[in-house]
Amino acid sequence: MPQVKMQAEDLNLWYGQTQALHDVNLSMYDREVTALIGPSGCGKSTFLRCLNRMNDLIPQVRLQGRVSLDEEDIYDSSVDVVQLRTFVGMVFQKPNPFPKSIYENIAYAPRLHGTARSRSELDDLVESSLKRAGLWKEVADRLDTPGTELSGGQQQRLCIARAIAVNPEVILMDEPASALDPLATATVEELIHELKDNYTIVIVTHNLQQAARVAGYTAFFHMGQVVEFNDTDTLFTNPRVQRTEDYITGRFG
Amino acid sequence: MQRRLTGSANDPRIKARYRREARFKAYSITALLVAFGIIIGFFADIIGQGYTAFWQHEIRVTLDYNERAERIGRFAIDEDLRDVVSRGAVRGIPLEMRNNPELAGTTREAWVPVYSRIDQYFKGNETLADDLAARVESLRDEGVIRSSFNWIFFTSGDSKLPEMAGIFSAVVGSLLVLMVTLAIAFPIGVMSAIYLEEFAPDNRLTQAIEVNINNLAAVPSIIFGLLGLAVFINTFGVPRSSALVGGLTLALMTLPIIIISTRAALRAVPDPIRLGAFAMGCSRWQVVRDHVLPLSLPGILTGTIIGLAQAMGETAPLIIVGMIAYIPDAPGGIFDAATVLPAQIFTWASEPRQAFQERTGAGIMVLLAVLLTLNATAVLLRRRFERRW
Repeated sequence: MPQVKMQAEDLNLWYGQTQALHDVNLSMYDREVTALIGPSGCGKSTFLRCLNRMNDLIPQVRLQGRVSLDEEDIYDSSVDVVQLRTFVGMVFQKPNPFPKSIYENIAYAPRLHGTARSRSELDDLVESSLKRAGLWKEVADRLDTPGTELSGGQQQRLCIARAIAVNPEVILMDEPASALDPLATATVEELIHELKDNYTIVIVTHNLQQAARVAGYTAFFHMGQVVEFNDTDTLFTNPRVQRTEDYITGRFG
Repeated sequence: MQRRLTGSANDPRIKARYRREARFKAYSITALLVAFGIIIGFFADIIGQGYTAFWQHEIRVTLDYNERAERIGRFAIDEDLRDVVSRGAVRGIPLEMRNNPELAGTTREAWVPVYSRIDQYFKGNETLADDLAARVESLRDEGVIRSSFNWIFFTSGDSKLPEMAGIFSAVVGSLLVLMVTLAIAFPIGVMSAIYLEEFAPDNRLTQAIEVNINNLAAVPSIIFGLLGLAVFINTFGVPRSSALVGGLTLALMTLPIIIISTRAALRAVPDPIRLGAFAMGCSRWQVVRDHVLPLSLPGILTGTIIGLAQAMGETAPLIIVGMIAYIPDAPGGIFDAATVLPAQIFTWASEPRQAFQERTGAGIMVLLAVLLTLNATAVLLRRRFERRW
């Protein structure tokens, strides 16, 4: 068994009076892709946002339990959320590059956090991040054009490059390919496959084939609970729980 | 072929439907035409009354710096022309001679404004006694009286003599007032809006504040004038009639407009941009400074310009704080007594003399030109930086 990178223990979450997560226990392994699947409204995105505390931005969210990154409780009162998010990056469903140049999109956060200061350091970082995101060849000669002018798939890879530039340990992806066409989806999936060597990835997806293709481990969420968690092959070929089988065979969801 | 698509044209219900539609369209067009008619009528009236103020008749005279002129300026002018020349043109001569003693005994030719009633006679607005009319007619035929561009209107302050009256001190006053308004209302308004929109929790207190800000924007402006009088003049002792008190009062009035438009501009920035920045480890302030503010700045500036344009046209609250004043000389600073363009127009409008009526129209034209320019700038700014996500 690989080493655990992030772990949720007895995690409960409420939006006001509505409970969205019930006693979630889940481990995400180091340098592995963990897919979160389940029908709409099952709590998988909510869970993902617990991992970098994006839920803090929503008023009236109440949380109970423990989430840890390398054994360190990320909800401890001494934790700096800003610091946490440099360790746990995020890519959103809809590509959201900043309306700035491609270069600025990537250089912004490292400059802000002081990890790269000089122009040459930033140049190198922009290049290496874009290369890792498989976008360098397409944009090398137009780094000054706005990131918003790229195609949807390119924008999403720019967002991934932007997340990589901060040098996180974990990358959270919230349905990163659901707004993309099949070709761009394939490119992003390939990219996820490559990124796995260096980063721990947690991906929410509606697309079961995608989960099967990219993820080493898969968790099936239903009604705010983790119904089943296993390595992807076992979960898809030999589910232990009836509900999981019903979902992956398309009987509900 | 059976024609199924045209058959219903004779159906009375469909005919009635088309008729109703045509009627409704006619009503709308009529309403539009009436609105345009009113605007055109208004502009035609103002321009018709005011355009003549941009020209003024002047007369060529020989200024004779003699001993008597050193005491009374009129004596510098040939006796026959003393009732034709404006009193305002010669009253400065004694002072001029005192400051420049070498002038004594010399003469020089100059074009000076004519008496306003003669100017109005030439413009067809007033009548003169027959003999005077005949004299000035012949002077004009000789080329001694001519019509030329009225620089005085743009370079002088108010005067009791209409031919010497201009908008300059009111324009300077308006500029000073607007500077004070901008300096106070812009930073306070924008920062309040940022706090309310980006930082404040959504609770009863902030909701109450929001409702009150919206209500403030609807408060009649004269109330702000009373507030300015009570607070700034009576409590804090800010000089009455000064650009400072006017600017502070108008800042109170402009604040809600700037807050509301800034909040709208901030709200127009899509949330994914904020979330993306938060996910990069930005603090709230960094998100606002680096992402939200740059994107909303055009909207904020547009709202500010519109707020300022409204402040510029405002008269009622300024009456209360004493800015309807006779200001012949342009104010030198924000503590000096000042008046503003609309107040100057108001003052002239209450003058019975035709020459002042003409200047009222011209003043309105200048004010409208400035306001239209401001609003056009706001529209251009919005167009230029309009973004789609």
